[in-house]
Amino acid sequence: MKTIVYFSIGLLFGITMFMSEAASWFRIYEMFQFQAFHMYGIIGSALFCGAIITYVLKKFSPKDVLEGQPIVIADKAPGWKRYLYGGILFGCGWAIAGACPGPMFTLLGAGFYPILLVIFSATVGTFFYGLLQDKLPH
Amino acid sequence: MIEFLTNPWPWYFSGPMIALVMFLLLWTGKTFGMSSNLRTLCAASGLGKNIPLFQFDWKAQRWNLAVAAGAILGGFLAHQFLSASTAVDISPATVDQLTQMGIVDAGNSYMPKMLFGSDALTNVRSLILLSLGGFLVGFGARYAGGCTSGHAISGLSNFQLPSLIAVIGFFIGGLVVNHFIYPFLFS
Repeated sequence: MKTIVYFSIGLLFGITMFMSEAASWFRIYEMFQFQAFHMYGIIGSALFCGAIITYVLKKFSPKDVLEGQPIVIADKAPGWKRYLYGGILFGCGWAIAGACPGPMFTLLGAGFYPILLVIFSATVGTFFYGLLQDKLPH
Repeated sequence: MIEFLTNPWPWYFSGPMIALVMFLLLWTGKTFGMSSNLRTLCAASGLGKNIPLFQFDWKAQRWNLAVAAGAILGGFLAHQFLSASTAVDISPATVDQLTQMGIVDAGNSYMPKMLFGSDALTNVRSLILLSLGGFLVGFGARYAGGCTSGHAISGLSNFQLPSLIAVIGFFIGGLVVNHFIYPFLFS
């Protein structure tokens, strides 16, 4: 039952990623060239709505609908090094592959099978971060 | 209505839909973060059993794998049944630039054939770019503690300074690659 709920939310997410063209390599390239407003409009309007949603949920802290637990929106751990360095590496990969982790799954379903190599490499990349974690500045 | 939904969704509809996805996950007691699934895959494969990052109860993350599975089916349904055309109407300036770099299907397709066509995996340059891009996305997302969904949407919506730093990092990396490295990658 719960799995179906999360699967359905994912379904909505996948359709949104494809239909908004946020999963298109071309839109990511165009975004980094500042040649269209489209991606900035998507992120900006998502943030506008997201900020209101987050504010309301934090203010009224309702219980979640599945478990009845209080909804907790955790703060990120303070610091800057890991966010800046990790962010830069992520951004390089985002620009090269033209896909971030959400759209990767969408593109697989849409039948762009070379994305399997991207998903596999991203999993390997995650694994290597796990290996090197204590040696990196955080 | 049908016509609206079967054409590429405008930004002012797409953005709120993404926020709706974030809301639904919060409302059902979870958080919106897709790159966590890559960590779960590492842990579930058993390869990471000696590495602290992967020593957690990955079965507790099955809900997020269900979200990813839904996203796969969503991509399939949207591509097969929902979208009237898969040509992405990028700006003429972008089409010109990409055409000059040899990406001739810019403006006429959803993904460049050079990287995502059926024979992309027989091309050495495409193999290198897909592997390198994916590796950096996976490594960087975990290093930064999140990706576009976790930092750019969830984190910024919660006015988190670390997320702002991460998103600035995303753009530093993306802009450098896009403006200074691409001319060498495709020429």
